[in-house]
Amino acid sequence: MEMNEKMNYKHYNKFYDHFDFMKYRNVFFVISSVLILLGIISLFVFKLNLGIDFSSGTRVDVQSKQPISITKVDQAFRAMNYSPERPVVSGTHKNIATVRINEELNQHQIAAVKSKIKDQFGIEPNVSTVSPQVGRDLAKNGLFALILASIFIIIYVWIRFEFLQGLTAVLALIHDAFFIVTVFSLFHIEVDILFISAVLTIVGYSINDTIVTFDRVRENIKLSRKRLSTIEEFSEIVNLSIRETLTRSINTVLTVLLPVILLLIFGSESIRTFTIALFVGLICGVYSSICIACPLWAVLKVRYLDKRKKKRTVQTEA
Amino acid sequence: MVKKGPIFSFFALLIVLGIIIGFAVNPIIHNVKLGLDLKGGFEVLYQVKPLKAGQKIDSDTMSNAVAAINKRINVLGVSEPNISIENGHRIRVQLPGVKNEKRARQLLSTTAKLEFRDYKDRLMLDGSDLKPGKAKVAFDQMNKPMVTLQLKDPAKFASVTKKIASYYPNNQLVIWMDYKKGDSYQKEVGKKNHKYISNPGVEQQLNTSDVQISGNFTMQEATTLKDLLNSGSLPVRMNEIYSTSVGAQFGQDSMKETIYAGALAVAAIMLFMLFFYRLGGLIADLTLVLYMAIVMGVFVGLQAVLTLPGIAAMILGIGMAVDANIITLERIKDELRSGKSVLSAFKAGNHRALPTVVDANLTTIIAAAVLFVLGVSAVKGFAVMLLISNVVTFLTSIYGARLLLGLLVHSRALNNHPWLLGVKRRDIRGNE
Repeated sequence: MEMNEKMNYKHYNKFYDHFDFMKYRNVFFVISSVLILLGIISLFVFKLNLGIDFSSGTRVDVQSKQPISITKVDQAFRAMNYSPERPVVSGTHKNIATVRINEELNQHQIAAVKSKIKDQFGIEPNVSTVSPQVGRDLAKNGLFALILASIFIIIYVWIRFEFLQGLTAVLALIHDAFFIVTVFSLFHIEVDILFISAVLTIVGYSINDTIVTFDRVRENIKLSRKRLSTIEEFSEIVNLSIRETLTRSINTVLTVLLPVILLLIFGSESIRTFTIALFVGLICGVYSSICIACPLWAVLKVRYLDKRKKKRTVQTEA
Repeated sequence: MVKKGPIFSFFALLIVLGIIIGFAVNPIIHNVKLGLDLKGGFEVLYQVKPLKAGQKIDSDTMSNAVAAINKRINVLGVSEPNISIENGHRIRVQLPGVKNEKRARQLLSTTAKLEFRDYKDRLMLDGSDLKPGKAKVAFDQMNKPMVTLQLKDPAKFASVTKKIASYYPNNQLVIWMDYKKGDSYQKEVGKKNHKYISNPGVEQQLNTSDVQISGNFTMQEATTLKDLLNSGSLPVRMNEIYSTSVGAQFGQDSMKETIYAGALAVAAIMLFMLFFYRLGGLIADLTLVLYMAIVMGVFVGLQAVLTLPGIAAMILGIGMAVDANIITLERIKDELRSGKSVLSAFKAGNHRALPTVVDANLTTIIAAAVLFVLGVSAVKGFAVMLLISNVVTFLTSIYGARLLLGLLVHSRALNNHPWLLGVKRRDIRGNE
C-alpha cells in the first residue's frame, strides 16, 4: 500500500521519468574508467602545472591601468637581470601580467623589484616567494587532509547508512577529485594553494549530493518492505530514488553553479583557478552521484548478497 | 477561513528581524577584519632555527619569539597584525594594510641579533648576554647619539675583553647586527659602508657590565637600534621560507570584483528560487537574507579575518543554504502531489526532509573541519567561513524557513492554492 502511494509521486511530465539509469550503468562505468585512464596518462605526459605554492621560486603579478604587453613586462624584468618565465596576461582589461622567476628572491630583491615595477607600471605589484620545503609540505598537507576527510566521511556514512554506501560515496568523491586534477593537467591550468580548498569543497559537496540520493534509496527500501536480492529489484529502487531526487539535484547544482559561473566571469583574477576547479568539480559531482555512486552501490550490494547466500548454502549442506 | 493571527505574527516577525538586521549591518561592516589579499600588505612565513648549536626549540622558545615579534610590530604601529605558530617550528606573520612595506619588512626581518666578534669573526658575546629592556640612547662627549647596553654577566665581559686585548694589534671588538655566515670583518674593514656597526679597540680587560655602542649614528638610527634591542633580540634565528605581498590596489580590485560577482550571484539565486518555488522561494529568500546577516555577524564576532577564499566560501555557502530549502520544498511538493492537504504536506515534508539535510550538512561540516584543523592561512579562512555557513544553515534554512512558512500555512491562506508552492493542480493525485 505504502509503495503504491509512493508510486503516485511520479510526475509524468518530467522527461527523465522513464530514463533507466541502471540500464546504462555499464556505459557510465566505461565513461568514468576512460576519464580516469585519460587522467593517469595526462599526469604522466603533461604532468601538473604546479604554481610556486607547490614548487619554489617567485611569482610577480604586475598590474597597470592600461592593457599590458608581455614584451614590456619581459623587458622590465630582464633589465633587472631576472629571466621571467611563462608570462601570462589576464584580467578583464588585459591589464594584469603574471610572471614567474625560478629563484627565491630575498627581501631586498623583492623591495627593489616592487619599486621598479611600480615606477614603470604605476601600481604596486604582488610578489610571492616560496621555498621548496614549504611547497612540499603544502602538497603533503593537502593530500593528508583529503585522506583524513575521506576516512571520517566513510565512518559517518557507515554509521548513518551502511558500509557499502560509505565506500561507494567515497569512491565517487575520489572520482570527482581526480577528475579536477585531470582537467587541470590536460589544460595546463596552474595549480595553487587554493586548488586544495577547491578540491576539498567539491569533496564536501559531492558527498552531500550522494548522501541525498542514498537517503532516498534507504527510504524507498524501507517503504518497499521486501527483502531485495536481485539486481532487477535493486535497479527499480535505485531508478525510483534517482528520479525522485533529480529535480532537487539539478536545482541545487544550478544554485551553486550560478555563483561559481558569476565568480568565474566577474570575480577576482586571484581566485580564478579556485573557481575553475569548483566549476569542473560541481558538474562532475552531480554526474558521479547519480550515474556512478548509486549504480555501483547496487552492483556491489547484489554481489555481496550473492556471496553471503552461497556461503550459507554451503554451511547448511555441511 | 483565513486566520489573521498567524499572518499578523508573520509580518511582525519580519519587521522585527528587519529592524535587527538593519541595526546590525553597520557595526558588522565596520568591524570586518580584512585579510591582506583584500587590503594589501604582506605575509611572511619564517622557519625557526636554533641560534646556537644545542639550543632546543620548544613551545616556550616559540612563544618567546612570537612575543618579541609582537613587540617589534607594536613599534611599527601596524593595526591588525596576525602572528601564528605553525607546525611547531614556523611563524607566520601577516601585516595587512601596512603603509610603508619596505621599512616594515626590513625592521621585521632584522632579527636584531647583536653580536660581538673578534677580528677573525669568532663569536664572543651575543644578544642572549644582554639584560633585556636596558638599551638606551645616550650622547657621547661630542654630543653624538650612541646606544648604551647592560650585560648580564660582567665576569664574562671581563674575560672576553681580556682575550681581545691580547690580540694586539688586532684588538678590535667588532659589533655586528645580524651577522650572516660568509660575512667577514677582514673583507668589510676597508669599506666605507661596512656591514658591522662598529669596531672599537680594546686596550685592557674591562670589569663592567655597561657597554656603549657609538657607530656614527644619526638620531633616528640610534633610536631604531634601541627599539630593536629592547623589543627583544629574537631568541631564535628566523629564515624566510615563504612570503607574499599584495599591492593595495590589487587588494581593492579583488574585493570589488568578488563582491560584485557575489551580489549578482545572490540576486540570481533569489530570482531562481522565486521562479521555481513561488511563495516557498520567497520564504527561502527571506531566510537567505537572515542567513547572510548571521554568518557575517558570527564571523565578525569570532574576530576571523575575511579573505578572498572566505568570500568565495560564503557565496558557496549561500548555494548550500538554499539547497536545504530546495530539499524541503521539493518534499512538500511531493506530498502535495500525492493529494495531501497543504497543512499535512507541510508537516510531512519538513519531517521527511530533516534527516536528509542533517546528513548532507554534517558530511560537509566534516570536510570543512578537517580543512580548518589542517589548513593554513588562506585555506583556514575558507574553512572557517564554510563551517559557520553550514551551522547557520541549520538555524535559518531549516528552523527559520519552517517557522515562517508554518505561520502562513497555519493561517490557512494557502489552502486550495497549491500553485503558491509551485505545484500544478493537474499534477495532484486524483485531479488528472
